[in-house]
Amino acid sequence: MKKVFLTALGFAMICHHSLAQLRDTSAGKTPVSLYSPVPTADTGYNPHKLRLDEVNLVSSYYSQNGDHSPVTGGIGTEKVTDISNGIDLKFLWYGPNNRKNTLSAGLGFDMHTSASQAYVSATGASKKDGTRVYPSLDWTVEGKKGSFGIGTYLSTEYNYNSFGADMHFSRKVNNNNGEFSVKVQAYLDNVTLIYPSELIPETTTVTSSGTVITTTASGRTISGSSGGSHESNIPTSPRNTYTGSLSYSQMINSRLQVAFMVDLVKQDGFLSLPFHRVYWSNGKDTIEHLPSSRAKLPLGFRLNYFLGDNIIIRSYYRYYTDDWGIRSNTANIEIPYKITPFFSLSPFYRYYDQTAARYFAPYMAHSPADEYYTSNYAYSKFNASFYGVGLRLAPPKGVFGWQNLHELELRYGHYSQTTDLVSDVLSLSLGFK
Amino acid sequence: MIKQLIYVFPVMLLVAAITSCAHLKEYQKSRLNDSEMVLANRKAEKNELNFQSYREAASGANAGKTGGGCGCN
Repeated sequence: MKKVFLTALGFAMICHHSLAQLRDTSAGKTPVSLYSPVPTADTGYNPHKLRLDEVNLVSSYYSQNGDHSPVTGGIGTEKVTDISNGIDLKFLWYGPNNRKNTLSAGLGFDMHTSASQAYVSATGASKKDGTRVYPSLDWTVEGKKGSFGIGTYLSTEYNYNSFGADMHFSRKVNNNNGEFSVKVQAYLDNVTLIYPSELIPETTTVTSSGTVITTTASGRTISGSSGGSHESNIPTSPRNTYTGSLSYSQMINSRLQVAFMVDLVKQDGFLSLPFHRVYWSNGKDTIEHLPSSRAKLPLGFRLNYFLGDNIIIRSYYRYYTDDWGIRSNTANIEIPYKITPFFSLSPFYRYYDQTAARYFAPYMAHSPADEYYTSNYAYSKFNASFYGVGLRLAPPKGVFGWQNLHELELRYGHYSQTTDLVSDVLSLSLGFK
Repeated sequence: MIKQLIYVFPVMLLVAAITSCAHLKEYQKSRLNDSEMVLANRKAEKNELNFQSYREAASGANAGKTGGGCGCN
């Protein structure tokens, strides 16, 4: 009886203290909601004013080796190194009805060296290095029941330019335990028609206005009737990609949540690459030739489970099919282990397999009678493994005691294909608030 | 028949799991809101997904981009 009394007394005191925090002792003042930001005159904080909320930096080093380069027709080195750096700025403000607006501005910069790129020229004299710059912008407005946003993207490199735009929408359902999302994207790309040097026909065209266009292995020159001449841009060919994405995520219980994803992808235009060689069975070479349209259907499923107090299981499976005859399975498992609430180690393993595209054949295996042909081993039958470990630090007082650096992620992975392609990737992500 | 069951069984399991899921209150979502539980790719995975989409024929259904960028080399 004494125990029951003491328990009841203790419970009453706890309730008293918790209710005491909710009691309004400031008569005449506006009640404060924890869910909607309110301006405060004393701190100068105004939620409706645009402010920089988060800065993310991601850097990666990628190193690859293999012996099936498509530039040299399915034989030859695939050695590549790539250094990638990206910055993402997130600006935040609250609009009418306390709708949260997020403006994300990103900029990426990659530098690579590729041994096979030198062999676009038959002598191996082409430059081996290149850069890629890719800015992006996304605006999202979020209410209590869902969100809506638009985004745009640009990518530019010496032989390839891409412009993309998207529109996305999400709706919370099932008492905010589920979310349905839709995204439509379009990428309008241009492939620069850089051919292997021995396959550029040496031609001279004279237009009706007397302009002479001379195309040789070293480029294209335009000479006017007045006598002057200048180097001309290499022609390009369009490649368009349209994607519709649907996803649904659902909380199953307090430890388990799942998501389903499906993309409908349609590509058209120049889907080959002009500097990818194919060697016929008779020993002569040409450039790869692939159909001008492709439809892809990937179906994905994620399942995350919080096991016990410090182990999480993150899993992912994808089935993929397309109209070039490729079928693929991807399975990924990652098991973050929380050494402390703010420090975790995450070993991961990813398995991948695919069947070959019906247009693939290795070096000197294609017949000149084939309608479509490629010796790019990305379209061959293979399976691949990717494994490694990640480390994540997010202490409340900031990483290394630096309050602004709220998160650090470091990941290393080793990738190997049964085509003998191997690669290593090291990534560092820093999050600043 | 057995092969068909192998495909159908996980779907049935998932449908059963989702339709029987509980309506969770905000205070019950502490584990689900953990940053490791996010149903999305990690920021540090961005370039891994890029190189995989260039070296493999399959892509998509992973919230990554499904176009743009050459990855020719």
